[in-house]
Amino acid sequence: MHQDKVNDFVVRFANVNGTGSASANYLFAKAIFRMGIPVTPKNIFPSNIQGLPTWYDVRISEKGYLGRREGVDFMVCVNPQSMPDDVRSVKAGGYFLYDSTRKLHPELIREDVNYIGIPLMEICNREFTDPRQRQLFKNIVYVGALAQMLGIEFSVLEVLLAEQFNGKEKLIAPNIKALKLGAQYVLDNYNYPIDLKLERRDLVGDKIMIDGNAACGLGAVYGGATVVAWYPITPSTSVVEAFEGYAKKMRIDPVTGKHNYAIVQAEDELAAIGMVIGANWNGARSFTATSGPGLSLMNEFLGLAYFAEIPTVLIDVQRTGPSTGMPTRTQQSDILLAAYASHGDTKQVLLFPSDPKECFEMTAGAFDLAELLQTPIIMMTDLDLGMNDHMSDPFVWDDQRKYNRGKVLNAQQLEELPQFGRYLDVDGDGITYRTIPGTHPTKGSFFTRGTSRDEFAAYTEDGDIYARNMDRLLKKWDTAKDIVPAPYLYQKENKSPYGVLFFGTSTYSAEEAMDLMSQGNVSFDAMRVKAFPFNKTVGDFINSHEKVFVIEQNRDAQLRSLLINELDASPQKLISVLNYNGMPITADNIITQISKSLLPAKKLIYHQ
Amino acid sequence: MTYIRSQFRHPGLPKNDLGYTTKEYEGAISTLCAGCGHDSISGSIIQACFEMSIAPHRIAKLSGIGCSSKTPTYFLGHSHGFNSVHGRMPSVATGANMANRDLLYMGVSGDGDSASIGMGQFVHVIRRNLNMVYIVMNNGCYGLTKGQDSATADAGSKSKKGVANPFQPIDMAGLALELGASFVAQSFSGDKEQLIPLIKAAIDHPGFAFINVISPCVTFNNNPGSTKSYDYVREHMEATATVDFVPLKKEITTSYQKGTGTDIKMHDGSYIHLEKLADDLDPYDRLSAMNALQNARNKDEILTGLLYINPESTDLHHTIQTSDRALNSLGQEELCPGSSVLEGINGELR
Ligand SMILES: Cc1ncc(C[n+]2csc(CCOP(=O)(O)OP(=O)(O)O)c2C)c(N)n1
Ligand code: SF4
Repeated sequence: MHQDKVNDFVVRFANVNGTGSASANYLFAKAIFRMGIPVTPKNIFPSNIQGLPTWYDVRISEKGYLGRREGVDFMVCVNPQSMPDDVRSVKAGGYFLYDSTRKLHPELIREDVNYIGIPLMEICNREFTDPRQRQLFKNIVYVGALAQMLGIEFSVLEVLLAEQFNGKEKLIAPNIKALKLGAQYVLDNYNYPIDLKLERRDLVGDKIMIDGNAACGLGAVYGGATVVAWYPITPSTSVVEAFEGYAKKMRIDPVTGKHNYAIVQAEDELAAIGMVIGANWNGARSFTATSGPGLSLMNEFLGLAYFAEIPTVLIDVQRTGPSTGMPTRTQQSDILLAAYASHGDTKQVLLFPSDPKECFEMTAGAFDLAELLQTPIIMMTDLDLGMNDHMSDPFVWDDQRKYNRGKVLNAQQLEELPQFGRYLDVDGDGITYRTIPGTHPTKGSFFTRGTSRDEFAAYTEDGDIYARNMDRLLKKWDTAKDIVPAPYLYQKENKSPYGVLFFGTSTYSAEEAMDLMSQGNVSFDAMRVKAFPFNKTVGDFINSHEKVFVIEQNRDAQLRSLLINELDASPQKLISVLNYNGMPITADNIITQISKSLLPAKKLIYHQ
Repeated sequence: MTYIRSQFRHPGLPKNDLGYTTKEYEGAISTLCAGCGHDSISGSIIQACFEMSIAPHRIAKLSGIGCSSKTPTYFLGHSHGFNSVHGRMPSVATGANMANRDLLYMGVSGDGDSASIGMGQFVHVIRRNLNMVYIVMNNGCYGLTKGQDSATADAGSKSKKGVANPFQPIDMAGLALELGASFVAQSFSGDKEQLIPLIKAAIDHPGFAFINVISPCVTFNNNPGSTKSYDYVREHMEATATVDFVPLKKEITTSYQKGTGTDIKMHDGSYIHLEKLADDLDPYDRLSAMNALQNARNKDEILTGLLYINPESTDLHHTIQTSDRALNSLGQEELCPGSSVLEGINGELR
């Protein structure tokens, strides 16, 4: 018996980069979200500005699975260049919407695919006179057609357009006209129902939709960042753009109109991180955002910040490496570089957010952490999280929360102190007291340097003193283990001999895979790591399981290396589940890899 | 940071307006080679800050890596210091300055530090007109790594090993002029009479103030044939004018006699008094400064003194319209928009 797929399918848009399709595609995704149906859109775009193919995947999932899923149920193809590939990617029984102003090449016809031709160009040329509108509205026309076929409520689209063009009301009417043209064409020409349906639900609650970079930018505003230094690089650029956008609204001095923030576009990443270090040294909260190539350049300075103990916040939006790799594709492959950034015995604190809410919280919290620990804090997000919209719990801020500036002595405290030693471990936690330049006329000034020094910041090459300092830094590292965000354990007791461990954006698909496998009666214990250094519970989790599958999106199993290295975990126990083709990992891929390791012991369930 | 320094004070030492003696402006005992030009420059910095009565703790001293960059340890012991990485002091100074516009930023670098690995940052800090004093202690060689030629070594100049440098030099003062620096001066470490007033004027200048100081390396570049040796520099120095800096203070202004030269009025009413200007130099005119520098070079002379000043200079904070208050002094009330604003943002994202 034939069954409709209600609220559970993938729509893919194939466009030409630079033709204004992004806002139309977003309108489609957002409308589904507004209908209370969980949805997750993903941009798949080339590393150039105009002309090349670009795709936008929208996964709709009643069950709330927000990872990527292979297989396209409905393809909207407006790019002749990518058409052969686009036809191939449609699942058997799926749909292929194309611009029928031009006839489809016979080679593109597949027997098992339903073709829906709509003369997009012809309609737009007939109805609009302005050449730019003719181009832009092709996209809106297909949204109207989709709305008609899939069941998107027209009133939802109208509200979204009104919001989008708030202040530019003149643009609303032609957009609505374009939507209606698409819908009408479907009504006039296609009278058969299709088996993909959208039905209003109440499944998104008070969730919001935002990309991770914007969430980081907002988090930095809330975290009290005032000095931002950066050098443009995909996919991190929009972090600073978002910060600037929010700061322009929320950080203008009401009396003078001047900015309560400074943004400096540096000449390169070397300078960007230097500025951040200088600003933090001088008592302002400061951050930069970059990606792999930039992180490579920042290494020497990160070593200085580690050794000289200067708070530093860095948001690394990872893309594929090595080298320039695929600049517009995603990966989690800067883990080792970041963890041990710079020469010598260094260890850097990493945070692994998984969704926009965590991007917001962890960025805001990173400034506290950096000042508490007086060390660099590196936020490890990635392109998938940073540049795609994600459904997320709303942001929350507790007004009682006070910035924790860590151990900073003010003038009065210095006055009362018999002797100030910048690197004296007074409290036994490895974290020492600092002073901000200009605080006191005669007490508290010290020399910051990357060379070895004693407890009073005086240069020394005494090996014992050097070793003592290095040991104290390790003690601080131990202290950090309990201060950084603890891992998330999916259940209280261990129930399975097998564990699954993941972090960052693999979470979406990992959770889906867990869910699907448990439907097939194969349950795993699961843990999501949120920070490095690893909390003690990470070691416990590994020790208490026979095998632990470590899911990550890089070739060399970098997190696994870190687990082995830092926790002395047995390599035999840790089995890698990897994906490194630049696309976000899928649940099916995870299940396939896990089942390969376990078969014939267990039979696992797949997506049909 | 000063440590293990005698606390004994000479009762007779003169005091400045803050009641400090030069002792308060000194640093740790220098570990540079005896006779190194850099130590003389440290002495001039100490004297300038003392005479200007700048509270030592309101100065941040920053440097890169090199013998020259070590010197901040040897002056202004009550100031916070920052020895950054090789060539990248300008970025640290930029961040520090953005965080707190109320301190005085004193950057010290070497010709290796600034003209090679740090060239990019040197260029860009000028472009941004960051409010700081930037002193290059220029010895034409890498002192700390034992005497290799630097990018400012003159073509034909001989190193200690006797090998002539085959490459064109980078002229730091000329470069600063070309890049649009708002204050450019050149001096010689051995000429404190000229250097001290120049440092004072640089401190007073609201923007990027650059002083290229020829500072012989006694160990690796003070040999016959070197164009950065003491003897060579003394013989080839040509001053634009005798320089004096007259700070804005009532009692001094009234007693101050106008000389035969020019008074350059600073933004706050202070003067730089230049006596007997070189014929072809107008320090308000960038082009004339570039010409004068080039003419001197053609004659194998080193032109010293104030080369160029833009008294109208405004700094990076002005350009990007940052708050008049130091950003590091803003509290959570001013920085954090709070939960109700966040609720509004959530609403817009639904
Ligand atoms: C990244 C890096 N490369 C190389 C060095 C080695 N190094 C230290 S000081 C120096 C040159 C110093 O020359 P200069 O700035 O002219 O200072 P001087 O010692 O002559 O005063 C070099 C190359 C370093 N510290 N860091
Ligand atoms: S090596 Fe040269 S530059 Fe370095 S301290 Fe000695 S004299 Fe000065």
